[in-house]
Amino acid sequence: MDFALSSDVVEFRDEIRSIIREFVTPEVAARMHTTGVFDAPELNLELGRRGILERACPGLGKGDPIEMYVMFNELEKAGAPYDGLAVALMIAAVVNKLGTDEQKERIIPSIISGEALVCMGYSEADFGSDLASIKTRAIKDGDEWVINGSKMWTTLAQVAEWLILLTRTDLDLPKHKGLTMFMLPMNTPGITVEPVHTLGTEITNATWYDDVRVGDEAVLGDENGGWRTMTTVLAFERGVMGGTNAGVPLLRHFHEWAVANGVFNEPTTRERMARSIIDMQVATLLTMRSAWIAASGGMPGLEGSMTKVFAVEAYQRASRWTQATAGPAGLLQFHEEGAAGEGFVEYDARHSPVMSIYGGTTEINRNNIAERHLGLPKSR
Amino acid sequence: MSVDLGLSPDQESIAELFNGFFSNEAPPAVARAAEPLGFDRELWNKVIELGAPGMGCAVEIGGGGASLSDLVVVAETVGRSIAPIPLIDHLAALSVLTESDLVAGEAIAAVAVRPADANGIWSLVPAGAVADVVIGVDGDETIVVRSAPPMSGPRNHGSMPLADRSAREGTRTILGPASLFEVVLDRWKLLTAAALVGIAETAKELGVAYVKEREQFGVPVGSFQAVQHGLADLPVAIDGGRLLTHKAAWALDNVTDGLIDWANNEITDGSTLATMAFLFAADSAVMATDRSLHYHGGYGFAEEYDIQMYYRRARGWSLILGDSTSVGLSLADLLFGTVEG
Repeated sequence: MDFALSSDVVEFRDEIRSIIREFVTPEVAARMHTTGVFDAPELNLELGRRGILERACPGLGKGDPIEMYVMFNELEKAGAPYDGLAVALMIAAVVNKLGTDEQKERIIPSIISGEALVCMGYSEADFGSDLASIKTRAIKDGDEWVINGSKMWTTLAQVAEWLILLTRTDLDLPKHKGLTMFMLPMNTPGITVEPVHTLGTEITNATWYDDVRVGDEAVLGDENGGWRTMTTVLAFERGVMGGTNAGVPLLRHFHEWAVANGVFNEPTTRERMARSIIDMQVATLLTMRSAWIAASGGMPGLEGSMTKVFAVEAYQRASRWTQATAGPAGLLQFHEEGAAGEGFVEYDARHSPVMSIYGGTTEINRNNIAERHLGLPKSR
Repeated sequence: MSVDLGLSPDQESIAELFNGFFSNEAPPAVARAAEPLGFDRELWNKVIELGAPGMGCAVEIGGGGASLSDLVVVAETVGRSIAPIPLIDHLAALSVLTESDLVAGEAIAAVAVRPADANGIWSLVPAGAVADVVIGVDGDETIVVRSAPPMSGPRNHGSMPLADRSAREGTRTILGPASLFEVVLDRWKLLTAAALVGIAETAKELGVAYVKEREQFGVPVGSFQAVQHGLADLPVAIDGGRLLTHKAAWALDNVTDGLIDWANNEITDGSTLATMAFLFAADSAVMATDRSLHYHGGYGFAEEYDIQMYYRRARGWSLILGDSTSVGLSLADLLFGTVEG
């Protein structure tokens, strides 16, 4: 095996690092905690201006999955707000893979320039893991589609230009076969956005669709082929676009605090820290493996499930012991005097629980591993 | 240079050769028959024919010139089969020993993984019961001693050929300062990590095969989600351990002045990675054997089932280095520097 990045990728990584230094200032990094929007427009624009988003986007430009992994890993380790960028690039990749030429021309440039964000309308109030059962309806009316229903967890809907929306178009077909995916502008009449405040600071949304009218140009992938579009999205998501090294900045913040407060020489703390650092290495190696599989022409769906289960729980373990070790100081929030890790210890204890939910719960991922890797019978 | 996380064609061949060899020559019955000592001379003689004992030595002295990455592939096959031969210890010792009878495998070498006590005794040396040569630290020196192996030792959890050995009796050679031993210990940790990955892999396979076959309530117990989720963690821990072990081998083979920049998760220092791999693979092997044994139900407890042999060795092969806290703290010293005072 070879674990060295090629000289091209090293150069790319160094460019990303210098952009992060310049554009992810402490103010930019802190802004997400006051606005609840995990995105940095100035960073996206700079990455777009330099052609990096086009270069990194799967299927476009160079589209090297190793570079994609490196970019998001660097952003994550630096504590940069990158969620908006990750979603947008992922959807740009899906449009590139499944969209018509007209859709590609209309949608992709706005994303890879770093200007437009995308929000995802999949889950509903009653359907999360059982996504194929969603009820939001799209009905053909002449040349148009009329969409009615509602979605939950439509994160970034308050700032996004685009919406990717999973709907039911045929009630008579089996549940996975009667779905159609749409990609439409968020300013289409009939869409209502209401904020949902969360434990982890991020403000997500509930969205309503009342007689939203779009043409065939909004159908992404095949009519009644929405599930295939969905699995394409998930294959891009579960892998290399961040979300696997969230513990790295936490450990750094905690360490600074522990040294400054004279508790870092405690053997228990040193050992826990060392073991979390092993976890972070393993998480990044598993992520790198997904990127390598993708770079070799494979689809790292199953490996993505494996990475997510491990990486998320490693982050949650790190969050748990750092807060427990900090004691009262681990309860204090940003800007409070004496807060452990300048408040990150407290913040990560609120943020880490969501990571085993979104993008596929750890239970769904363990089902995948049991069925597809171990060959055990379907349990549901 | 660029990222490549697959085995090379040569390594695929090595894996196939050794997996084939051990499944033919060392099925679980061989490990079972070798208990409690944990050594099968006949099997050792057969691996000599494969050229395994000197595999990592330079070609000029009759070795195979294999890289550490290649040896990691071999070590994993030893773990998969729990073959009762001290190949891991021997390959580690031969990172610095070059005598021709050792390279040929006619004499066996062991690694005293903990320093000698005030009386010059290396306690509980893995493979110490059967090794003709032991390398380790006595005081501030790296010592090699040649003396007759006791061919017996205390009965132990992992059915390992453990024995106390003297660093001062027998033919004693001073190899250099104590620091010289670090390369031996790094290699021992690395190859033991790979062997522990192998143990975890077989434990997973045994567990999965059992739950597919065993029926309760009219269905295979492997169809129950509680059982599936416990097993689903195993391939993750195994793959993670394998990647980390290979990264350590890659670093020890290729990287000088590696990074220990944990704050940015950039670690390419071979010694640090070998200790990380050892700790992670030890935990993974313990977890994999715990779960697999448990999902065997009562039968896992029956001596006639193989999983209990893996369960014991997962602990034996890792704890022989030291208690888990001390090894964890030794990693902390590498990562953060030692604590003053």
